[in-house]
Amino acid sequence: MTVAPAAQLSQETLALTKRLFVQLQRRPSTLVAGVLQPLIWLVLFGALFANAPDGLIPGGVSYGRFLGAGVIVFTAFSAALNAGLPVMFDREFGFLNRLLVAPLRSRYSIVLASVLYITSLSLVQSLAIMAAAWGLGYGWPGGAGLLVVLLTLLLLVAAVTALSLGLAFALPGHIELIAVIFVANLPLLFASTALAPISFMPSWLGWLAALNPLTFAIEPIRAAYLGQFSLNAVVLEAPYGSLTAAQCLSALLILSAALFVSIRPLLDRKLS
Amino acid sequence: MIQLDQLSKRYGALQALDGVSLNVPAGCLYGLLGPNGAGKTTCLRILCTLLAPDAGSVQIAGIDALADPRAAREQLGYVAQEVAIDKILSGRELLQLQASLYHLDAATSRRRIAELTELLGMGEWLDRRCGTYSGGMRRRLDLASGLLHSPAVLVLDEPTVGLDIESRAALWQVLQQLRDDGTTILLSSHYLEEVDALADRLAILDGGRVIAEGSPESLKRDLGGDRVTLRVREFATPQEAQQAQSVLQQLDGVRQVVINRAQGHAINLVVEGEGAALLDRLRQQLEEASVPVFSLAQSRPSLDDVYLQATGRTLMDAELASVSSRDPKAEKKQAMR
Repeated sequence: MTVAPAAQLSQETLALTKRLFVQLQRRPSTLVAGVLQPLIWLVLFGALFANAPDGLIPGGVSYGRFLGAGVIVFTAFSAALNAGLPVMFDREFGFLNRLLVAPLRSRYSIVLASVLYITSLSLVQSLAIMAAAWGLGYGWPGGAGLLVVLLTLLLLVAAVTALSLGLAFALPGHIELIAVIFVANLPLLFASTALAPISFMPSWLGWLAALNPLTFAIEPIRAAYLGQFSLNAVVLEAPYGSLTAAQCLSALLILSAALFVSIRPLLDRKLS
Repeated sequence: MIQLDQLSKRYGALQALDGVSLNVPAGCLYGLLGPNGAGKTTCLRILCTLLAPDAGSVQIAGIDALADPRAAREQLGYVAQEVAIDKILSGRELLQLQASLYHLDAATSRRRIAELTELLGMGEWLDRRCGTYSGGMRRRLDLASGLLHSPAVLVLDEPTVGLDIESRAALWQVLQQLRDDGTTILLSSHYLEEVDALADRLAILDGGRVIAEGSPESLKRDLGGDRVTLRVREFATPQEAQQAQSVLQQLDGVRQVVINRAQGHAINLVVEGEGAALLDRLRQQLEEASVPVFSLAQSRPSLDDVYLQATGRTLMDAELASVSSRDPKAEKKQAMR
């Protein structure tokens, strides 16, 4: 046992991450479903509003191009929301105890493995949806735009993963976790600017959408898709004022950090 | 090698452990015997650093496991009662994962997996997915993952529950071999014969306390006297048994009379003296008192008698009583993080 602590940490984290990917490879249904669902949204909603009158969307964009950003964010969001499920199953079936009797360098390697896994999974799914949107003629963010999209998705995925992992340790079982995921998923989509602009909403819904973290991810990505991205450009006209892309991304960053900080005592307790 | 000192643990209103102290010498195969709910699993979970005791101390190979749990875990192999495996992985992949969690290098990991495959006869099926394994295979795989890092101390919680006779015999043999090679083994069981046959030393746990401790031979010897089992009928009624009991208590040389409900109200006697003459004398006395005799058998004291002596009931009775009072939901909650 002469291995350095950092090497031990990466050894155990990689082994735990590898396990999750082997599971995915042999049971790819979550991967497929995670792409299929947003794809259906993209095609059906795109078709539903294909003949919408001009000027429905501010800036004279077609509805399909408008919808693309929303569905991409929804894809990453849904994937990250499931981050806690493997952990919950390990808790319930006692596999976690097997991990906890091992002399792990840090028990956060269990959490870290989940974060690595779900981040890569959700980015892959989002890229698949981006490719599909491009195929449907809804555009592709060029060069720097792609970086903005990936960065924004990363921030959102981090926040949602923290939330889901926290729930996985706080809730009593997978039935409850799935119920929360199920209940949270669609309302958060509808109460955001994924499907319609705020100008389109009654004022109470507009307020909700303007406070919804999904909106903070959707709007910078939408701007990147339109090729007008600049950190200081206003991307969201909220009832409480205008937000620039930089402000949206900062909000996501703060949210992620706050969530990780707030689940930390729970993780410490459950993993100690 | 293992020293538990005055361990206490309470789950709500239930005092699971009430001042348990154990001392397991190095190279010893030590049995922890007791009915379900006696505190065996709680004791082992504390030893394996999965659970913090309310009070007491735990030392493993000179390491204070409560102060430095990580160092203690390096010394420990733990084979839990409920076999938690990942059905999607193959046995080999599970062992490889386990090897990484114990920070074995690639060469050591390969060597140990090969050695254990040989020792436990896993060659044929190790590359199949765990989901397809039988109970016996799972138990062997679990034992392999407990042994992978060549721990100084191996802890097994009820390792033979649900195993067929053949797998059980094979497991016993492996454990004895490991002990002969110097591994200290602590195993819990509610099977008397298992502990009697396997253990060098044992502790009997009941209601969260150690009620007897020593080698199987010394415990039985210290009890003294012979055991006689009397059945007045094949399945006697409680009344018949009580009648016979009141007669038997008057007899010379009879030290103790207990009605064994689990054996169809057979009557267990502790008697002075030994040999065939004793049985003849007893048979005669019973005839004089007109107590019917279906069967009368004599035996040396067993570990069950040790338990009976200490608690006033047989292990089987305690086991049956605990079955009805078990709360699977609460047990799951205790095991879950």
